[in-house]
Amino acid sequence: MSSTVSSSAAASKQGKLLWSVVLAFLVVAPVAGLYPVFLMNALCFAIFACAFNLLLGYTGLLSFGHAAFMGSAAYITGWLVRSAGWSPEAGVLAGTVFAGGLGLLVGLVAIRRQGIYFAMVTLAMAQMIYFICLQVPFTGGEDGLQGVPRGKLFGFIPLDNDTAMYFVVLAVFVAVFLGVMRIVHSPYGQVLKAIRENEPRAVSLGYDVDRYKLLAFVLSTTIAGLAGSVKTLVLGFATLSDVHWSLSGEVVLMTLLGGMGTFAGPVVGAFTIIGLQNFLADRVGSWVTVIIGAIFVFCVIAFRKGIVGELLAWQQRRRAA
Amino acid sequence: MIEIFGIPLQAFLGQLLLGLVNGSFYAMLSLGLAVIFGLLGIVNFAHGALYMIGAYVAWLSLEKFGLNYWVALVLSPVVVGALGVVIERLFLKRLYKLDPLYGLLLTFGLALIAEGVFRDQFGVSGQQYPVPELLQGATNLGFMVLPNYRAWVVFACLSICMGTWFLIEKTSLGATLRASTENPALVQAFGINVPLMVTMTYAGGAGLAALAGVLAAPVIQITPLMGSNLIIVVFAVVVIGGMGSIMGSILTGVILGLLEGLTKVFYPEASSIVVFVIMVLVLMIRPAGLFGKEK
Repeated sequence: MSSTVSSSAAASKQGKLLWSVVLAFLVVAPVAGLYPVFLMNALCFAIFACAFNLLLGYTGLLSFGHAAFMGSAAYITGWLVRSAGWSPEAGVLAGTVFAGGLGLLVGLVAIRRQGIYFAMVTLAMAQMIYFICLQVPFTGGEDGLQGVPRGKLFGFIPLDNDTAMYFVVLAVFVAVFLGVMRIVHSPYGQVLKAIRENEPRAVSLGYDVDRYKLLAFVLSTTIAGLAGSVKTLVLGFATLSDVHWSLSGEVVLMTLLGGMGTFAGPVVGAFTIIGLQNFLADRVGSWVTVIIGAIFVFCVIAFRKGIVGELLAWQQRRRAA
Repeated sequence: MIEIFGIPLQAFLGQLLLGLVNGSFYAMLSLGLAVIFGLLGIVNFAHGALYMIGAYVAWLSLEKFGLNYWVALVLSPVVVGALGVVIERLFLKRLYKLDPLYGLLLTFGLALIAEGVFRDQFGVSGQQYPVPELLQGATNLGFMVLPNYRAWVVFACLSICMGTWFLIEKTSLGATLRASTENPALVQAFGINVPLMVTMTYAGGAGLAALAGVLAAPVIQITPLMGSNLIIVVFAVVVIGGMGSIMGSILTGVILGLLEGLTKVFYPEASSIVVFVIMVLVLMIRPAGLFGKEK
């Protein structure tokens, strides 16, 4: 008993050390010459994947339509900041709240079905949102919403400066990461895990499972919206690819590849996939899709724990030996 | 000229026929999905990709080898069915003991691979496939002009659907198939090769998708993306109908195609989302789907 306590204490000490190193790296990265827009983009996707992991990894719900929330928040923020002259913080807040509200509506319908049907319902509803985005005038249709200014945060921090923008994105990312950790470790998070492991049992213990699932869905879509809103500020545009089903698939892959149900997994997965896409984009053309598909197949067949999951399992085996 | 709610009868019936054509494809694809899901417990995201490959096989066999439509109608399902055997033996059989979500993710990956390869080979612009000579032209029915090929598509799709229904519900092979869905271990104990049957079921479902692809080839643009765009609508159809019943999938497919056609007449802007809206409504009223059983 005492040995397990001390080993888990050692593990958490090790974990803290690791996180300090990662955070230190992220703080000095833009100074060290890494392209800040790439880092910001990757951080936005890391936020998105963390949001997704809250749902898939900790509640066991596979949403196959998460791009709809990221993308619609991106459009709302982009339009408010560019055409209505809102400040960046108000625009991001509005986009995030919108995504949460949309998540509430979609969630109310989707949680009426379980398992594989949940995935199909979310995919279908996201496709509906995609078609709406294609047709309503303010999104700019096929051209997308271009030329969104970054403006000044709280009226005095000029976000046009990439370094300033980077630290804002990093701050949002750290807040989301700690927030998700807090949610998972709370009593509420324990109930979510119980639902993931055995839903009928959670019902028989008297939990109103649907309400827990719905809240998890809304939390996840809200954070996904936050990621989309911030990404619009970073890149200055929102396009149809932000709401397309292929992005919904990518976020599944990020979480799966990194390791679902682990805190670091989605972050590792997001950086790997975004880095890979960046690296491959001008080298292999349409083979990017093939490679992404192949990674998908590989992960499902032989690598279901993901990078972080395998590392943790390896560490555990070593400790047990 | 006769009008219905201010719309010329010919235009109205034309859209309705288009809806029926689309509905026939929905029926055929959702039928394949239902059969595969029934026995393998896998939601086959690659179904759209198999449909796309089926259309390309038809197009390639005409362009490269000069094989006509009627040959393609046999050749394409066989080729894609063989591909189905490979997919099942190589990948899917490793997933049967896992959460069904993994099957969806794996077939999604396969769909991406297929789409990427075809996009690299043939680009994103659409290819045309000519209507076979025998079915060119149109028949004047008096109240409307009926394009022969479209009539053939509806007839062929619905006959195939009915044939599949008969095979599964009324023959002894179908009875074994249904028994394996309920209890594969017991059926195996009777000396039936269940793994072989599972493989052949996936191959059969893949062949059905390819057949739909060949039938669709002359009435659509053949593009690498045609499958994914369709499969999401078919998922909604499957949610509406419930995957439990073969006849349910067929009926739901046809009815939704017709409703989509009607929407094109009266409110074209909504025609791309009408199936999804109906899905939401059905989920609110009858969560298990129209023909599904509440578990």
